[in-house]
Amino acid sequence: MGTGTGLGRVRGLGSAKHGSMHWWRQRVTAVGNLLLATWFVVALFRLPSFEHAAIVQWIGSPIVAVALILLAVSVFYHLRLGLQVIVEDYIHEEAGKVFFVLLLNFYAIAGAALAIFSILKIAFGGVPA
Amino acid sequence: MSRNPGRPLSPHLTIWRWGPAMAVSILHRATGAGMAVVAGLIFVWWLTAAAMGADAYSTFLAVASHKLAYVVWIGLTWSFFQHLCNGLRHFVMDMGAGYELKTNRMVAIVVMAVPLLLTLVIWAPILAKLASGEGE
Repeated sequence: MGTGTGLGRVRGLGSAKHGSMHWWRQRVTAVGNLLLATWFVVALFRLPSFEHAAIVQWIGSPIVAVALILLAVSVFYHLRLGLQVIVEDYIHEEAGKVFFVLLLNFYAIAGAALAIFSILKIAFGGVPA
Repeated sequence: MSRNPGRPLSPHLTIWRWGPAMAVSILHRATGAGMAVVAGLIFVWWLTAAAMGADAYSTFLAVASHKLAYVVWIGLTWSFFQHLCNGLRHFVMDMGAGYELKTNRMVAIVVMAVPLLLTLVIWAPILAKLASGEGE
């Protein structure tokens, strides 16, 4: 095994052994999205009103609140995995790749955290309707 | 290294003839990335605004019900169904089925046609209702 070129350093090591877990989690969250996002989109089109009081009351139901939390987890995990592949495919230099994957991780975690906290605040009665 | 310069370098984007399977593949990435950013931000904004109170929520609602916002809603509806339908196609192909050339081509075409149809079926009545409401 050489130490000179990039290819020489990795030759013979095999894969990093992370690929199949990434692939599998993308499928697991895809099934989660299939169920939860379909429910969410149908529910949105069926909502009688988008006014604040109606939305707060809707999210206040335990079933809706928990489904929305699971949706936030599944969607933000799935988009983190998917966008990571896009970044890795189209951004070739190392610095840009690290920057965008870091940005993506921050976006996914912050987005999910904000969504989940907001759902819980509404569900626990912290928002006057 | 001897190479016949008459032979094309492969793989290269410009020398492929576009087919339905390629189109559906890049649409999957485009709609996925689009929803990841646009729908993700709107989803978080919607929930955060609702949790902050009636004032913050009314700002969201004013933007979300603007005429131009409907372009985004319709685009997201199509993106959702496009990504969902092709996701189902991927599940089938993950099981090793649907790779025969004719089947693969036909499924790819269906996967592009169904989302357009669903988007039309959902939004045509809503837009018709909005248009008639404005006429009164």
